[in-house]
Amino acid sequence: MKHILAAWMRDRPGVLNRVTGLLSRRNFNIDSLQVSASEEPGISRMTFEVSGDDRTLEQVRSQLIKLVDVTRVESFAQEAIVKRELALVRVAVGPDERRQVLDLIQVFEATVEDISRTDMLIQTVGREEKIDSLIGLLRDYHLLEMVRTGPVAIVRSAVANVESEPALEPARDTWQGGGV
Amino acid sequence: MHFPPDYFRTTAPPRRISGSEMIWDACVTEGVSILFGHPGGAILPAYDALAIYEAEGLLHHVLVRHEQCAAHMADGYARATGQVGVCVATSGPGATNLVTGIATAQMDSVPIVCITGQVPSPMLGTDAFQEADIVGVTQPVCKHNYLVTDVADLPMVMKEAFYIAREGRPGPVLVDVCKDVQIAEGEFRYDMEVKLPGFNPYPAAWQDALADAADLINGAESPLIMAGHGIHLAGVSDVLLRIVEKAEIPVVTTLLGTGNITETHPLSLGMGGMHGEAYANEAVQACDVLIALGMRFDDRITGRLDRFAKQASVVHFELDKAEVGKNVQPDVAVVGDLAETLPALEPLIHPNTHTEWLASLTDRKLSSAGKDILTFELDELVPPFVMRQIWSETTNLRDPGDVLVATDVGQHQMWESQYFVHERAGQLLTSGGLGTMGYGLPAAMGAQMAWPDKLVWAIVGDGGFQMTMQELATIQQETLSVKIAIINNGFLGMVRQWQQLFHDKRYVGTPVLSPDYVMLAAAYGIPACKVEEPGQVAEAVRVANTTDGPYLIDFQVKEEVNVYPMVAPGAAVDELIRRPHIVQDHGGVVPSF
Repeated sequence: MKHILAAWMRDRPGVLNRVTGLLSRRNFNIDSLQVSASEEPGISRMTFEVSGDDRTLEQVRSQLIKLVDVTRVESFAQEAIVKRELALVRVAVGPDERRQVLDLIQVFEATVEDISRTDMLIQTVGREEKIDSLIGLLRDYHLLEMVRTGPVAIVRSAVANVESEPALEPARDTWQGGGV
Repeated sequence: MHFPPDYFRTTAPPRRISGSEMIWDACVTEGVSILFGHPGGAILPAYDALAIYEAEGLLHHVLVRHEQCAAHMADGYARATGQVGVCVATSGPGATNLVTGIATAQMDSVPIVCITGQVPSPMLGTDAFQEADIVGVTQPVCKHNYLVTDVADLPMVMKEAFYIAREGRPGPVLVDVCKDVQIAEGEFRYDMEVKLPGFNPYPAAWQDALADAADLINGAESPLIMAGHGIHLAGVSDVLLRIVEKAEIPVVTTLLGTGNITETHPLSLGMGGMHGEAYANEAVQACDVLIALGMRFDDRITGRLDRFAKQASVVHFELDKAEVGKNVQPDVAVVGDLAETLPALEPLIHPNTHTEWLASLTDRKLSSAGKDILTFELDELVPPFVMRQIWSETTNLRDPGDVLVATDVGQHQMWESQYFVHERAGQLLTSGGLGTMGYGLPAAMGAQMAWPDKLVWAIVGDGGFQMTMQELATIQQETLSVKIAIINNGFLGMVRQWQQLFHDKRYVGTPVLSPDYVMLAAAYGIPACKVEEPGQVAEAVRVANTTDGPYLIDFQVKEEVNVYPMVAPGAAVDELIRRPHIVQDHGGVVPSF
C-alpha cells in the first residue's frame, strides 16, 4: 500500500542527504520524493510516497522525526488531500501530426510551452493518473524527453467539517518535534 | 592562573577568542576533563591551543595509538561515568578511523562527542590532502553531526553537540571543524539557549498509557520483566528492584542490562537470549505478561521473532518511539523517559505474589539438568572456570562496587556475562549492538581514566586483543592499572563455534596465531604471566590484583570449548542447543565444556 507523507525540515546543508540516507538504510521503499520551500522561512517541505503496510509507515514516521533537522512529519489519508504533479514532455511532432497532438493537449488541459518544426514541449499538471494517461497517449508519437516532479500534496481544509459515512480517516496525523 | 575566575561558567561574559579555544572552552564548561585523541595536520591549531588548558590542569589529553581506540575510550569513559566522553582526531584517515568507535557508541546509546579537524573551508571538496567527507561518512552511524565552516557558528554547535549527545536516548555526535575555523577569531559565549525544534528528547505524553500498563501488570499471573540498558541509562535500577520485590516479578536482563538487578537476587533469572540459561528463555516463552523496560528487542534476545513470546501481552517502556513496534508490537507502549515513567508506575503496582509461577521457575533454576552454566574444576583449563575464578578472587579482595569489567566480543564475552556475578547496572562495559572486536581493552582504559581507584579488568580474546593491543603503549604512557585477561584458545572462538555447529567443523580463517603475550607485555614494561593449569588461576589473579599498575595474564585455555546454551540463528528463543554430556573413562556422565 502506498502512503503519502510530508516532512518539514530545517534548511541546512546536507539535510536532503540525511533524509534519503535514513530511508535507504532502514530499507524503506520510496516511490517518489519532492523537495520545496514551505510556508515558513528556513524550513523545507519534502513530500514522498512510501510503499508498505501501516507498521512500515509508523516506522518511517518515527525514524524520520528522530532526525534533529526534521521538525514535523505528517502522513495523509489518500482521500483527504489534494495531490498534484507536473510533467514536461518533449515529443517529436512534425507539421503533419501537430493537429492531433494539439487535440490531445486540449482534452487534457495541458499547455504547449515551446514548439519547433520538429518537436513540441508540453506541460501538464494534475493528478498522477491524468499525467500517466496523457504520457501514454503521447508515446504513440516519438517521445524524446520527459521530466516529472513527483507528487506534492496538501490537506483539504474542508475535511474537518465534512460529515461522511463511513467517517473519513483523520485527514492528517502530525508528529512534531520528536526524536531522542 | 591564565584563566580568570568564573571564566568557564556558562554565564561568563562574551569574549573574543580563536575557534580552537572555543572548542576547549566549551569542553571545560561542559565538565569535560579528559580527551582521548591523536593529532594531525588539520587539527593542529586546536592541539596548539590545548597546551595552556593542559598546563592549567583543566584538560588532559590521552594520546592513543589508533583513533578507533580514542572513540572506544571515550565510550568506556562515558559508560563508566554517565558523562559525555570526548575524542579528538584529525581529518581524513584520523576521522575515518573513528567510525567503528562511533558506530559502536550509536548502537549501544553511549554519549560521546567526537571532534575532528577538517581541511580549510576554501579547500573543501577539492580532494585536498587528508580530506574525507566525515560528516557524510558518519551520518548513518551517529545521532547527529556538524561541519563547521564559520567560526561564528562554533559556540552554538559545541553546545548543541553536547546537548544532543547527552539528552534523551544518548548517542555519538561528531563536530568536524575546518582548520581555518580553528584559527579564526570570533565571539564566544555559552549562555545561549539551545533551540532545536526537531529535537524533543523526552516525550511527555505517556501518562495515559501508564494506567493500562499497570492494569496488565497487576492482572498478570505469570509476569516477567525484561530489563535493558535503558534502566541503567535512566538510573532507575533501585526503582526496578522495588517494583520487582513489591509485585514478585522475576527479571531477565539483556546483555547491556546485566546487573540491573543483582544477579544473586532470588528473582533474577540472569541474562536471556542467545546464550542465556534455558530457564530464562523458557520463562519468556511461558509468561503471560512480558514487561520490557528500556530495551529494543534485538535479535540476540528475541531469537526468531515470529515465535517470540507469542503467548504474552507485551508492555513496552521505552524512551525512543522508533523502537516501539520496530521488532515486537506491544499491547501497551509507555513512551517516555524511564526516569519518569518507572517511578510513576511504582505506586500503581499492587503488592502481589506469584507463588506458582515462581515455583515453576525455581524448579528449573535449581535443577542441575536445567542449567548449562556450570562451574566445577576440571583437569583441563576451561574458560568458564577461569571466569568464575577471576570474579571470586577479585571480589574477595575488593568490594564488587569497586570492580568494573570490559569485554571484547565473542565467546569470552558470553562467558563473562554468564560466569561473573554482576551486582549493579553499569558494571559491565561491552559492545552489545555492534559487536565490536577490539573494544575491550580501550573501553577498560577509558573506564580506568574515569575511576583511577577502581579495579578494572579487560577480559579479551586472543582475536580481539590483537586488534587493539597497540594500546598497551598508551596504558604505560598514562600509567593506567588495567588488568588484562586474555582468554587464549588459539581460535576466533565464537566463529569457530559456529563453524563447528553449522559448518561441519570446517575451520576456515579461524585458527589464530598469537605472539608470546608475556614477552609482548614485557616489551611494553607491563608485568605478565602465563596460566596453563587450573591450579594456577587463583594465584595469577591474586598477583594481578595486588600488583600496582597494569598486569596481563595469558590464559592458555582448552581450544574447542563452546558457549552453552545457544539459540541457533533462526531458531526460537526456547529451542536451545544444550550442553552435551559425555561419558568419561573413569565412570560417569559429565557435561562437556
